[in-house]
Amino acid sequence: MPCVKPDGTLEPMAQAIIRALRSPRTAEGVCEHLRLPLYRVRSTMRELAEAALVAETNGVYALTDTGRTRVEALP
Amino acid sequence: MDTVAPGASVPCLPRLGQPAPGFQAETTHGTLRLEDFKGGWLILFSHPADFTPVCTTEFIEFARIAPELRRRGVELLGLSIDSTYSHIAWVRNIEQHFKVTIPFPVIADLNKEVATLYGMIMPGESKTETSRCVFVIDPNQIIRAMIYYPLTTGRNMAEILRLVDALQTTDKHGVATPANWRPGDQVIVPPPKTIEAAAERAKTPGIVCTDWYFAKKDLPK
Repeated sequence: MPCVKPDGTLEPMAQAIIRALRSPRTAEGVCEHLRLPLYRVRSTMRELAEAALVAETNGVYALTDTGRTRVEALP
Repeated sequence: MDTVAPGASVPCLPRLGQPAPGFQAETTHGTLRLEDFKGGWLILFSHPADFTPVCTTEFIEFARIAPELRRRGVELLGLSIDSTYSHIAWVRNIEQHFKVTIPFPVIADLNKEVATLYGMIMPGESKTETSRCVFVIDPNQIIRAMIYYPLTTGRNMAEILRLVDALQTTDKHGVATPANWRPGDQVIVPPPKTIEAAAERAKTPGIVCTDWYFAKKDLPK
């Protein structure tokens, strides 16, 4: 899972995305907010969901409790 | 001549107008799936090998047209039968020597999975390298155009841009484009399909009708 490093820390793009998800957004919304290509956002969100840091409901992504804790711990 | 043994399966090659074969692949931008590009246009292209001269010129030129493509809603995705580490080293080498940043992901297709799905390997040329293939995939992930060049011949980026412009113009205006068409040129009005429509064609305002089957028009500016 490239967005989560072997030591459990997050790659910079994954950090930026979970920060952006302090407010729930669609993949397109994150893309617009961070000015990233949509494919990067979708693939990173998929990995963040597999890591149980974000969850998707009806196309909207939000932080899970674990994700929220992780965001608060970011430098 | 290569022959196919009885009962052996022959890979079904992609065809125009059919859905692009789905895949998940390791790339220089992480694990990507075809569906990650859904909703936008995609140019999936292969090159024979990293650290080779023709491919290097092509990567530099793909990088140069990348902003033009993005303005048209098109992403680029490269592929070769090399490792991610090789791709990273080559991309960094291009940046170092040619001062060009490669902004698009490159699939590391070491097991030839995607190359096989898309028929990118031409055994008559090489069994270990992909040829210079280009697949233009639309927002619904339908294959709209394919270009195949041999190992020896670098691709023409102006033609790739022109092809994208032509396909997008066709979708937007329901027209076809003539030989050597460029944006701003007249477009082809699709030929009539009934005898009545053929009779009406010459009277249709706003078109230049040479004969019932051959008519052109300007697009609104």
